[in-house]
Amino acid sequence: MPPLLELKGMTKTFPGVKANDNVNLTLNAGEVHALLGENGAGKSTLVKMIYGILRPDSGQMYWMGEPSDISSPAIARSLGIAMVFQHFSLFDSMSVLENIALGLEKGIDKATLEQQIVDISNRYGLPLDPDRHIYTLSVGECQRIEIIRCLLQNPKLLVMDEPTSVLTPQEVSKLFETLNRLSDEGVAILYISHKLDEIKALCEKATILRAGKVVESVDVAGESPQSLAAKMMGQELPPNPNDTQRKVGDIRLDIRNLNQPPEDQFGIRLKEINLQVRSGEIVGIAGVAGNGQDELLKVLNGEQLSTQAGAVSIDNQPCANYGPNQRRALGMASIPEQRLGHGAVSTMSLIDNTLLTAFQRLDLLSFGFIGYPRSRKYCSAVVEDFNVKSNGISVEAGSLSGGNLQKFIVGREIKQNPTILIVSQPTWGVDAGAARTIHNALRELADNGTAILVISQDLDELMAISDRIAAICAGSLSPTTPTSEITIEQIGLMMAGVTGDVTGNVMGGGQC
Amino acid sequence: MYDILIAAILTIITAATPLVYAAIGEMITEKSGVLNLGVEGMILVGAVCGFAAVHFTGSATLAILAGLGAGAGLALVFAVLVLGFQASQVATGLALTIFGIGVSALLGQDLVGIAYAGLPKISIPLLSSIPLIGPLLFNHDVMVYGSFMLVFAVAWLIKNSRAGLILRAVGDSHDAAHAIGYPVIRIRYLAILFGGGMAGLAGAYLSLAYSPLWVENMSAGRGWIALALVVFATWRPWRVFIGAYLFGGLTILQLHAQALGVGVPSQVMSMLPYIATIVVLVLISRDINKIKLNSPACIGKPFHPTS
Repeated sequence: MPPLLELKGMTKTFPGVKANDNVNLTLNAGEVHALLGENGAGKSTLVKMIYGILRPDSGQMYWMGEPSDISSPAIARSLGIAMVFQHFSLFDSMSVLENIALGLEKGIDKATLEQQIVDISNRYGLPLDPDRHIYTLSVGECQRIEIIRCLLQNPKLLVMDEPTSVLTPQEVSKLFETLNRLSDEGVAILYISHKLDEIKALCEKATILRAGKVVESVDVAGESPQSLAAKMMGQELPPNPNDTQRKVGDIRLDIRNLNQPPEDQFGIRLKEINLQVRSGEIVGIAGVAGNGQDELLKVLNGEQLSTQAGAVSIDNQPCANYGPNQRRALGMASIPEQRLGHGAVSTMSLIDNTLLTAFQRLDLLSFGFIGYPRSRKYCSAVVEDFNVKSNGISVEAGSLSGGNLQKFIVGREIKQNPTILIVSQPTWGVDAGAARTIHNALRELADNGTAILVISQDLDELMAISDRIAAICAGSLSPTTPTSEITIEQIGLMMAGVTGDVTGNVMGGGQC
Repeated sequence: MYDILIAAILTIITAATPLVYAAIGEMITEKSGVLNLGVEGMILVGAVCGFAAVHFTGSATLAILAGLGAGAGLALVFAVLVLGFQASQVATGLALTIFGIGVSALLGQDLVGIAYAGLPKISIPLLSSIPLIGPLLFNHDVMVYGSFMLVFAVAWLIKNSRAGLILRAVGDSHDAAHAIGYPVIRIRYLAILFGGGMAGLAGAYLSLAYSPLWVENMSAGRGWIALALVVFATWRPWRVFIGAYLFGGLTILQLHAQALGVGVPSQVMSMLPYIATIVVLVLISRDINKIKLNSPACIGKPFHPTS
């Protein structure tokens, strides 16, 4: 039997960069195949060609042995190729049901579709309310829509672009069950991820890309995460510094009895949140997407004002009624989850994006005029230190790939040396090497006395960098527990809202 | 008194009908994510072509079709510039209005001062003899009936049909629609042509029924009112309809009030329809969540189908 999909000599050039250079790939039915590579290695370009969004400059695709010209997503879908994008193709002002209907080839009556959605979401453990509107959903919930959209088409090949970056461990293992079941049913899965452990757990084969070229296609069973990382980066992963005991100082960020009603009917109400973050400390907040993380971040960084002025204090200064700039003046910096539109303005240059959050602390204005030389210098330093791959610093932020933009935004805030840093999903979509750089930068910042609050759905990340961990569930925050005294499974339970004694000593030493 | 009342309400209907056509057409264009500020120009071109057609052929049907085609033709120019050449929608739309005013005046030079009997009224048997309701609802020309059907059809299609869903999707996020595989540019062409055709019909109604003659610049700002109605009605067809009738109604009422000699300066009276329409529409459409759901997020943004 011929392979399901075979790519021969795929080449695609963009102005200034050869995104794919003579890429070959073979994929059999039922195979779970990993596509590995750093940010900008050309993975997204390759799958976009498979899905018909981009046309290759040269090269040939064979679908079940037949030469195929996949010139549009519609053709890809008619062949049986489905794709879950890294950037979701969803319509904010429409309901879940309407979004799914739009992803289907032809119209279907509402009741039947609703039933199909419920069936699939039950079967694969992807809970969704068909009548909710997208703008009220979290990233994790949006991803479920994309997956259900794909599964409704009964695909033969499912392409997934970094699907697990927003899921809890329980959700990840559930997703893996789903994917394994699909693979047993004969569906091939092309799986893009930076998480090498996941690839070890899930995939049989891996094709490793570096700078647009295939480095190697390997059997995953014969590789270790370290050897995969080395192949991907062309060098060994920088070592994880041993966590030296940091000097923990005074309380910098103090949240007391914070209650916040939701902004709209689908928002989450924050209930009685208490949390203190001390100087030199990294506190992690775990939680399934859509449990109040966005709301908490907004109340903390000043996008959403609270009526209780004392609910949030920075260095003993009550500031819950201060706007973002006033809080920045007090030393707080924040990095939101959503990169484009929230963390950066996509149509503005990197320099201008730097100015937006850094002008105050770095004094980039003189008499109201922009000090471009200083801004440029700072922006270049961010790009250099965080290894942001971009075509200079005058390019639009929107032209950067997701991981590179994330590196830029994180770097922009960290290098301002804030006294308090609140960061949501610091390494979402960035590769292993860049994640290590970001983690090390966060550690270094904490070493120098910054209080850091990390909101993340990536538990490995939280376990690796935080000193204490709490979980947020339905707008309530659990007490914190020292990271050394808790396991991933126990956090998973806390995230699911299981209260009480999951660790044996949750109420113990961890509380401030 | 009864007759005066009926007559007043009938004038309100004739005043509102062109606004309904133009605003519903523009609403569809905007739902697809394109802002066409050339409504005023398309109305005028529709008016002059409609009048010319009836003058030279004598056929009301051909006249209505001429208005439709002329509006759509001008919209095609806009569509090619905006979609094909990525020109700025705002600048192109304004230019289209100026062009429409000029070209309609040129075409209509020899038509000034000629009168036309007006579109024939179609009485629906039996129904039109019901007192009060009969003359109000069932004794109109074909374009008034058409405007009612247009609102019904558009409201239903937007809400319930797949075509409506796709139209809203393209206006909400052209990138996502493109990624899923919808022909964004083609859909926008169709929406712009529809908007232009409806503006042309509005013009034809003005020169064939509202005041059956051709005068230069006879649309008198109705294109701008239609644009405002769409926004203040938050892109919902029935609210556009309500707004059009409110505006039409107040325009007529303040004229009557001025004629009766109300002791208010006429300038203030003339302001009334504008202010009242905006206030009412803003009040009924002030739910921020509903606005989020109905406004096309991509409006005015150019679409580059690259990646």
